[in-house]
Amino acid sequence: MWKAILSPDFFSTILRSATPILFATLASAIAAKSGICNMALEGIMLFSALFGVIFSSLTHSAWLGLLITMVIGGLIGMILAFFILNLKTDEILAAIAINLTATGGTVLIMVAFSGDRGVSSSIRSVSAPTVTLPLIEKIPFIGSVLSGQNVLTWLAILAVILLHLFLYKTPLGLAIRAVGENKNAAESVGISSRKIKYIALIISGVLASMGGFYLSGGYMNMFTKDMSGGRGFIALAASSMGGDTPVGGFLVSLLFGLAQAVANVMQLTSLMPYEIILMVPYLTTLVGLGVYYYGQKKKKERLSGK
Amino acid sequence: MDNQTVLQMNHIMKIYGNGVVANEDVSLELRKGEIHALLGENGAGKSTLMKVLFGLEAPDQGDIILNGQKTTIKSPQEAISKGIGMVHQHFMLVPSLTVAQNIILGVAPKKGLFIDMDKAVKAAQDIAEEYNFDLDVNQRVEEIPVGIKQKVEILKALYRGAEILILDEPTAVLTPQETDELFVQLVKLKDKGHTIIFISHKLDEIKKICDRATIMRNGRSMGTYEVKDITTQEMSRLMVGREVSLTFDKNEQHLTDDIFVKVRNLTVHNSQGVLKVDDLSFDVKGGEILGIAGVEGNGQSELIDTLTGLNKKYKGEIRIKGEDIANTSIEGIRALKLAHIPEDRMTSGCAGNLSIQENMFSNQYKDTAYSGRLFLKKKAIEKRSDELIREYMVKCKSRKQNVGMLSGGNIQKVIVAREFSTGPDIIIANQPTRGIDVGAAAFIRKRLLEFRDAGCAVILISADLTEIFSLSDRLAVMYKGKFAGFFTDVEKVTEEELGQHMLGIKHDDVLEGVTYE
Repeated sequence: MWKAILSPDFFSTILRSATPILFATLASAIAAKSGICNMALEGIMLFSALFGVIFSSLTHSAWLGLLITMVIGGLIGMILAFFILNLKTDEILAAIAINLTATGGTVLIMVAFSGDRGVSSSIRSVSAPTVTLPLIEKIPFIGSVLSGQNVLTWLAILAVILLHLFLYKTPLGLAIRAVGENKNAAESVGISSRKIKYIALIISGVLASMGGFYLSGGYMNMFTKDMSGGRGFIALAASSMGGDTPVGGFLVSLLFGLAQAVANVMQLTSLMPYEIILMVPYLTTLVGLGVYYYGQKKKKERLSGK
Repeated sequence: MDNQTVLQMNHIMKIYGNGVVANEDVSLELRKGEIHALLGENGAGKSTLMKVLFGLEAPDQGDIILNGQKTTIKSPQEAISKGIGMVHQHFMLVPSLTVAQNIILGVAPKKGLFIDMDKAVKAAQDIAEEYNFDLDVNQRVEEIPVGIKQKVEILKALYRGAEILILDEPTAVLTPQETDELFVQLVKLKDKGHTIIFISHKLDEIKKICDRATIMRNGRSMGTYEVKDITTQEMSRLMVGREVSLTFDKNEQHLTDDIFVKVRNLTVHNSQGVLKVDDLSFDVKGGEILGIAGVEGNGQSELIDTLTGLNKKYKGEIRIKGEDIANTSIEGIRALKLAHIPEDRMTSGCAGNLSIQENMFSNQYKDTAYSGRLFLKKKAIEKRSDELIREYMVKCKSRKQNVGMLSGGNIQKVIVAREFSTGPDIIIANQPTRGIDVGAAAFIRKRLLEFRDAGCAVILISADLTEIFSLSDRLAVMYKGKFAGFFTDVEKVTEEELGQHMLGIKHDDVLEGVTYE
């Protein structure tokens, strides 16, 4: 087992498994910064995973498929914003509605589109390409970890940097943080908190949709029923543990990638039942949240000198 | 001062959806470079009038004439662009951002796609210097004291080009020294040609710095007066429609032998682990009012929460009527006849969505007089509520009206009625008259004195120094969790002296007469 863990393959798996969670974590972070807990990430990812397959097959292009999926993700973010901000729906209830719609809706659309029921095997989708890094490829170990990753993995890392710059260096980012922290303060200087939250949720939807697209067009090459597998919820935990910052979220996403990679290795090498191994990412979430908030509590107590 | 009119609000009428007439034919005229007081009780319509001016509410009738031109203001953004700035009573600042970031929020200077932070800091510094505001623009707002926060608010408005500044009860949270400093600043602003609308309840402040005053009552304007030509007595009469005595004649004191509240070496940390009450000891006997003054946030809230049982984590000893309350529930503490008027009437004082009646009985619904084995005794409760509404002069449609619909002063009356109606021996009143009108405040203060005369122990925490001075028999000043000063002869204390203790400039190490031992 240790041999498997120390292989470049293992580290490559970490990045591969971290990618969808990272996109969703960034999506959660920007929504959280604007003061909204976007629990609909799960549903948005699931929809996007299906639409990614459908539109890349219709357009015969992964890039066009991705673009259309991102537009749809943004639209779902907008619908969520409409419910929360215009109709004053409870944000959790609105998110649950979207998530349930996604569970049933994706299967319905898949059946209607292709006749497939559980797996979209008859849809000829186009996956996003992998990136070979010309020079780095030659470096032993590191080369085989970094080179050959899906282009979306690199996009996710790029998104971390862009989102960080956006939130902390641009006027709009400042407005988003101000709205999330003290809505009245922002409104008193003429910033429309509704507009800002709309923007944040649309961006959140777009980011989550990229994570969803990656699931069916990178991580795997087809759509399967319920394939988001709770990653949208894991991302909420990851974002919170990362302090709702892009960089923090990136590091925590790697941790979840690690958990997934360990689970993969265990499936091959250990005698443990398959079902228990499948629990690893979720157990990691639970343990991670426990450890994180225990640490926070201790930190507070230490500060108080008790 | 030239007498050029900069703003006229003519015959403003505003009726809210629930039928409340908030403004009825109100007119206001501002002259360039004046400090104009807007005076009135809570619910008199001052806030509504200002909301109309700042674009937060649309008037049903009437018009606004700004610099000679008829105009409509539909949003705060529009108000700001027309040179109207507002400093709200509750600060509109983002704590984790710096002073400079708060000042430029929404109008940030840009370099390409990004905020030009150097330019922003420079701009914030420049405007602070221009108006002689002494502050560090790189500090985070969460780290600066209240007085400075207010300066940031004023700078925010000035940065956006405010010619007319609306200040909503700006001195409510300030110490006397900070208030003086603010006044100096306001006069400077006035000299630079800014026009200031100063909303306040405090008549002496209006006397001190305002040029003219418009007085409002019941949604109507009672006229505009030159401040130098009108006495405070007249102002208060115009405000409330009756003479209100601003001082109280206290009866001779009759102390009980028993110590009702005994506190020894009390130490409390808040939930973030910050030391808030630091080794505090004091006694209160029946028949006296212990006043506790101090700038907000110096441990008063934590002290009160601990005394009333809301906070159970403390070191030291608290005895209420001799009983150690370390393991006594809030219900148990209340059973010792302790009444509590909480600091924040909306969050912990009442349930806004419940009726007046339901709120009035939330502390005695288990009493057999009002509750049977299974059901509440409807008739007894209704009868008693009506009595209390009458006795405490709560202005409402009926006992079934939701408390949240009432004005601040009337909500406070409901809470006070509830707390006082149980016949308490100990009353802990935390800011009992904050933000309520003069009439209701006078009523509550008079009640507190009546309870004192009847042998009740009263602990009064208040930011209103006039209130503290006129009611207290003994007076403590809290600073950083300790008593920085303690006075057994309240009449000999001056406001300046009290202010110095409040700011921690003066700190007495030996406190005489804190305990009765």
